[in-house]
This record gives sequence, structure tokens and C-alpha cells, in this order.
Amino acid sequence: MLEYNNKLSEIVDHCISNAKKKGATEVEVGIVRSTAETVSYRNKKLDESDRSENIGLSLTAYINKKKNSVLSSNLKTDNLEKLIERCVEAAKITPEDEFNSLPDEELFFKNSDELDLFDETHLENNQKIDYLKEAEEVAFKNKEIVNTNGSSFSESKTEVVLGNSKGFKNGYKTSNFTAYCEVVSKNNGSMERDYEYTSKRHFEDLLKPSELGSNAAKFAIRKLKPQKINSGKFDIIFDKRISKSFLNYFSSAITGSSVYRGTSFLKEKLNKKIFSDNINIVDRADIKRGNGSRYFDNEGVKIQNLSLVNKGVLNEYLIDTYYGKKLNIPSNGRSGGATNLYFENGKKDLKDLMNSSKKIFYVTETIGHGTNIVTGDYSLGAGGMMIENGEFVYPISEVTIAGNLNEMFIKMVLANDLQFNYSTNAPSVLIENMTVAGK
Amino acid sequence: MSKILKNSELNISTASSIVSNTLNKCDDGELYLEDSKSESIILDDNKIKSSSYKSDLGYGLRAITGDVVAYSHSSDLSKKSLNESSKNLKSTLSSSNGTYNFEIKKTNKKYYSEQDPIESKNFKSKIEILNQVNDYVRNKNNSVRQVTATLLGEHRSIEILRGDGELLSDDRPLVRFNVSVMLEKNGRKESAVYGIGGRQNYDAYLDEKNWKSVCDEALRIANVNLNSKPAPAGEMQVVLGPGWPAILIHEAIGHGLEGDFNRKKTSAFHDLVGRKVASEGVTIIDDGTLENKRGSLTIDDEGTPTEKTVLIENGILKNFMQDRLNARLMNTRSTGNGRRESYKHVVMPRMRNTIMLNGNHSQEEMIKSVKKGIFAVSFGGGQVDITSGKFVFNCTEAYEIINGKVCSPIKGATLIGDGPSALKEVSMVGNDMMLDPGIGTCGKAGQGVPVGVGQPSLLINKMTVGGTQL
Repeated sequence: MLEYNNKLSEIVDHCISNAKKKGATEVEVGIVRSTAETVSYRNKKLDESDRSENIGLSLTAYINKKKNSVLSSNLKTDNLEKLIERCVEAAKITPEDEFNSLPDEELFFKNSDELDLFDETHLENNQKIDYLKEAEEVAFKNKEIVNTNGSSFSESKTEVVLGNSKGFKNGYKTSNFTAYCEVVSKNNGSMERDYEYTSKRHFEDLLKPSELGSNAAKFAIRKLKPQKINSGKFDIIFDKRISKSFLNYFSSAITGSSVYRGTSFLKEKLNKKIFSDNINIVDRADIKRGNGSRYFDNEGVKIQNLSLVNKGVLNEYLIDTYYGKKLNIPSNGRSGGATNLYFENGKKDLKDLMNSSKKIFYVTETIGHGTNIVTGDYSLGAGGMMIENGEFVYPISEVTIAGNLNEMFIKMVLANDLQFNYSTNAPSVLIENMTVAGK
Repeated sequence: MSKILKNSELNISTASSIVSNTLNKCDDGELYLEDSKSESIILDDNKIKSSSYKSDLGYGLRAITGDVVAYSHSSDLSKKSLNESSKNLKSTLSSSNGTYNFEIKKTNKKYYSEQDPIESKNFKSKIEILNQVNDYVRNKNNSVRQVTATLLGEHRSIEILRGDGELLSDDRPLVRFNVSVMLEKNGRKESAVYGIGGRQNYDAYLDEKNWKSVCDEALRIANVNLNSKPAPAGEMQVVLGPGWPAILIHEAIGHGLEGDFNRKKTSAFHDLVGRKVASEGVTIIDDGTLENKRGSLTIDDEGTPTEKTVLIENGILKNFMQDRLNARLMNTRSTGNGRRESYKHVVMPRMRNTIMLNGNHSQEEMIKSVKKGIFAVSFGGGQVDITSGKFVFNCTEAYEIINGKVCSPIKGATLIGDGPSALKEVSMVGNDMMLDPGIGTCGKAGQGVPVGVGQPSLLINKMTVGGTQL
């Protein structure tokens, strides 16, 4: 049994019965309450402290196949009364949509193993400052590090309670600790910045501050005195920081809404090969302490573990109740999207990939939003390092990389260096023969 | 008289005494109160897919000493909660020994009305308009496969209670109407989005002529892209159309001229005031005073009246955009650029309506002068790395130029450049300045705020175009 807040639970009950009294046939109410404390540190001293207390209630009222929603941060009874009134009145005049409904009862989450998503550890501000101080001190040991864009440490605790008029009610608590360090390097007029961050459910799982600082410094220094290369075709290795973005494009292209609406380059690709044989993609909600782990989705539906891509073949879409009804597939608990999404490890060492051809562009950052999910066209600003004969030789900046995700997916080769640092994780990725525009 | 506290259990004199007690030994700070209402109605796939109404109420208490900021915010507008925030701030700034800066400019001007757009039009007629939009778009072109039409309305009341009990207030309406279409022809799919908006009631944007022109524009762009060919790759000349392409200005130099990055010396522009940073003839302003425009504000989120700030005059860097904190630390005055997304966020220097003024060339002249290049008419989003100055934006409507003639449309491509050098590469400034239609949202450090941009057509000598064709 999960434990959740009784007071919030009473508000949920009250709202459900109130909306029904006012004429709603079905009701769904969710409350999220969070407290967060963030400390920013810069150049050896406190820069900013921020304490927040947030609460948000969302209520959706159905009148048969009509529906309307309200959201509020003001949970006083008289305000909720007015909002529910407004919601039900608006629902009455909203046109019907035959696919509007709460989830089917049999899909609701019932119980599961404890996922250990809450760490009650509380760090006082000075403890957070000590962590950041150590990270910056380590970074500043490098003579090329001349400035900082600031480091920050944030601790948050969140409670979720969700209920609906079909009798579902449940809730849980999560915590999150995040540390971020961004430093500026300078050398002969060239100025660059880079960062490292770490984010975990439990404080003890965070990167050590010295590692945070030294990584940020290392990344910022390796970018100094970049060159703009000539335009041409290059094999590209995507650093793990960037390769996980392919999973984000992938998941938005296989979300029920994109598939149904036809606005996806992966529409009609179910049971077809979209990657090479060696590639498997998994989405699992029940990883202990996982950043993307959840007990149930935004509608209270149990979240199935999905083998989205198996041996290169697309097996499943990410489905919520509404698009599930439209596509005639039961919801697999993805109202709210993917959970812990990852590529399973590839077979090759990163070193082997780096030696796979004479000259390789190793991309460590991309800039811009030039990915088109409808067509799969991909064009982004990029920076990174040139690899020659397996060795990093000089940094590269102010170039673009372009291709089409359909072709890029098929050509993808994965390294075996997967780590579970975030909610979406990928090993390093090699894609041959992409267009790079530079000079 | 506080309108926001009127209905809460916290009265203004209690709030005022907690605020003055908290800020007693600080250099600056305030209590920021916010009462906002917003609605969104979305038509998608022939149905009203969602309609929601949101009411949000809360405060943020801020204390500043030297360059240290302590902030605490909550949606619980009570004496107990405010006292807790005060305690939290005082413990953070316990060794504080500052002198409160009471000075704040006043204004009688107003750049928009106080009306609540949400209540200005009944719900039923909003739904009717969205249905008409859907029918119109689908009937106009038989390649249409999807139509999404969105109405967003907002009314935000803010109050700023200063350390001496002075209360400043502003009421801000904001409306946006968007249409997104996807066309499919001969197995090829392309989509496009267009929208309009600003700080007036819905009716100012939604008469039949207006909404039809938004639909027509979205259809036109998607149609152009159905016939687009792969974009070229490499360095070439770029002609930018007027209006929305000014997100180039916003990204390439706007962010780099925000006070915080320059005070911290992390902007590529921090030591360039008084120096030439753009070609002659390039003048750029940031203007918060344009009536009813999306990026306009009567006062900023610290209470400072907004103004028309000259950033670059005839190529020379003149001013940064400042909030109170960064202005004080840089020995200058706030330019009324202190903004925040909501009471949940700290103030930062942010842009308002950022505009490049007219020069004296015609767009025709620019295109004629280009041997091989591209003509970029419309963009999606952009992004910048303030420290290295590298910026990108991606074209959503662009054409190849060959020997002075506009040729076939090309697929969306990212353009990349270097902020400090890009404006030196401007070789012609057009005489056709246009503002964007009122759709921009700028993101910085996780905070989104509504902004505007504007520019005439521009010829840039050299930018890297990120296509696939070498």
C-alpha cells in the first residue's frame, strides 16, 4: 500500500462529490503539492536562495461525453466552489466528443512494490552551499577556468493525490535532488562555457561535488579555441549527453496523439523495422529510485513495462485513454509520456567506434530546435571535437548537422556505455555519413 | 488599497509591516502579489479537444543585499505563510547591513486596458469561432489532413509592495490565437503554424477578416513547404524578410545585452559598450511602450516604468537592459527590463519588444545583389549560447536565391552564426520594418515571458546554412 496525504485526499473527495452534485456524470481530481529549496552559488559566495511552496489542483468534469477542466492554486473552499460551478457550466456547452471518458476500471493501478522514490533527507542551506563550494573550488583549480555562470543545488519534495468518480484514489511522495555547475573557460580571447549536472531521487546517489566541478571544468576547457570546419560528409559520434535526445524525438513520434493525428514520421511503422537488428528500446516505470519511475500515470492507469523496439522493430506506441479509444488499443499508462526510457547497450566499445574511420566529428552539444517530428527532417547547430585516428585533436564549433531521422535511425550504431543518470538514457551513438555545414 | 489582498485573510497593514521588517537592513526587495486567470481552448482533429480555466494566486517575497538575493514564494496568501517566508529570508541574509533604496520612478501612462479578455467574450462564441476556423481551413484546401486551432486568454493583476509601504500595481491582459495545419499531397506531409495576439480583448484579433488571414497564412506556408527541396549546406549570403525573422536580433545580440550576463562578465558583449558591434546603419531598441503589443508593459515586475531603451545606435553599443539589482551593481539605472514569469520566479533582466529600425534599402535590391544564397521569410524558434556568442534559428519558410532571383522553396534548416560578428556582416538594412504578429515567448533559465520582435528586411553577407545538400 502506498501512503498519501489524508488532508489532500479529503479535498479530492470533497471536489468529486461537489462536482457530481452540480451535475457532472464523472469527475477526476488531482492535487500536486511541492516544496522546493534552491541555493545558487557563484564566485565563492551565495548568489541566490529560493524557497517555494506550490500547490495545484486540477479538476475535470464530464457530462457524459462533454468535458471541461479547471486548475487552481487556491484551495479555499469558497474558491473551489466557484471554480467547480464554472467548470460544470462550461462542460454543459462544450461539444461532445465520443472518445471522452475516464479510464476503464480494470486498467486502474492497484498496488505495486515500493519503488523507493522518496528520500526524506533535508539539507540546510549551508550544507547545500558546502556542496557547491567544493564543486567550484575543484573547477577553479584549472587555470583556464576564469569565471562561473553559477552553480545551484535544489531539493524538492512532492506529494501527488489523484482520484476519480469511478472509485480510483491513490497517491505517493517523491523527492528530487539536483546539482548543477556551469563554468567559463578563457584562453587567448576564446571564451567558452560548459556544465555538468546530476539529478537523483536520493541525496546519496548524487555525483560527488568534486566530480561535478571537475567534469564541468573539463568540458569547458576542451571547447577552447574551436575551429569551424569545412562543409562535408562526416561520420558523427553523439556523446551520451546528446544521444539521449534521439529517444525524446522517438517517444514524441510514437505518442498516441502524433500517431493518430498522422503528424509523425513513424506513423504506420508499427511492426516494421525502424532501427538495425541490434537495437532495443525499453520503457520501464518500475526501476527502483528511477528518475522517471512512477506508480501510475496521470489518469491513475497502471503503467506497463514496454519493449518499444525489439531487434529494430517498432512494437508499441505510448497510449493514454483518449487516444487509446481512438486507436482502439487499451491505454498502457502513458498519459504523461514515457517513464524510464532507454536504449539497451550496444555491442561495441566507444573506443572501437572512435576508430571506425579516420576522421569523425564527436558531437558534445547541439543548439536549436530544428527537428521536425512530422517529416523527420533534422537540422541542428552543433559543437564538439574532431577525432582523427581514434584521438581527439581539436574542438569544433559553429557548424550544423543535418539529415532525416528515418535514415539516421536505421544507420545508428550503439556503444556499450549506457548509464542510468537521468530518466532518458542512451549509450554513445555513431551515425555514418551525415551532412555537416561549416565554412 | 490592495485589490489582491482584499479577499484574502492577510490585510495590507500586516503585510506591509512584515515586508518592512524583513527589508529593514537590505539594499532592495519587495513583496510581489499576483492574481492571474487564464484559459485555453483547443480544437484539434475536428473536435474541441480540451478547454480549461486556471486561476492562480500567490506571492513572492524578495530581499537583496549586495549581489545576494533571497526569495521565498507561496500560493498560500496568509500571515502565517508570509511570516515563514520572512524568517527564511532573514536567516539567509542574517549578516545583512544594507541601506534600502526607496527610489522608484512613477508613471501615469498605460499601454493597454485593464479589461479581462476571458470575460469579454462568452465561452460559446469562442467555441463557435474555433469551429468556423476548422471548417474554413478544411474547405479551402483538400490536402488538409489536420487542423489545430487554439485560443489562449489571460488576465494578470500584479501588485508590488515596497519596503516603505508604497503599493504599485498593473493589470495585464494577453490574448493569442494560433492555427496549425498539416497538409498531405502525393505522400508528402508538411505542417505550418501561424498566429496573432497582443494585450487586447479577443475581438481585436478575431473578427472574420483577421482569423481568416491567420488561416490563409498557415495554409500558404504549409503549401510552399510541400514543394520544397532539400536545403543547401554551407556558408552563404542570407536575406531575411521583415517582422518575425527579427528573432535573429533577439538571439544574436538581445540576450547578450541583458544586464546580468554583463555584470557577471559572461556575455561576449560585456566590455564592448561604446564600441562598434554592428554595421553602420544598424540601430536596435528594446521598447516596452508600444500600445497593446505582446512584449509591452506599463511597469516591469519590480514596478519600474518601461521605456524605449536604445541598445545599439548606428552600429555603436549604447546600453544594456537592466533590472534594479544589476543596475545598482553596475552603477546605472534600471531600464524597466526586470521581469518574471510569475510569482514563482525571481526577477531577471528580460527583453520586451526588441526592434531593429529602418534603413534605406529595398528588399528587391537585396535579393538582386545575391549570387547564391537563401531568402528566409519565416522562422520557428531560436537559441543562443551567451558566452561563446553562437546562436541558431530554424527556417520554416525559405527559398534559394540564384543570380539575384528567388527560386524554389527549401526545407526547414537551421542557420548558425556568431552574435558579435553577425551584425557586422549586415550589409543592407531594409526600409520595410514590421513587427511580429504577437506570438513570441522567450525562455531564459526556465522562465517564459511574452515578448515581441521587429525588423526590416536585412542582407547578411555570410551565415552557415544547415541543409543536407553540399
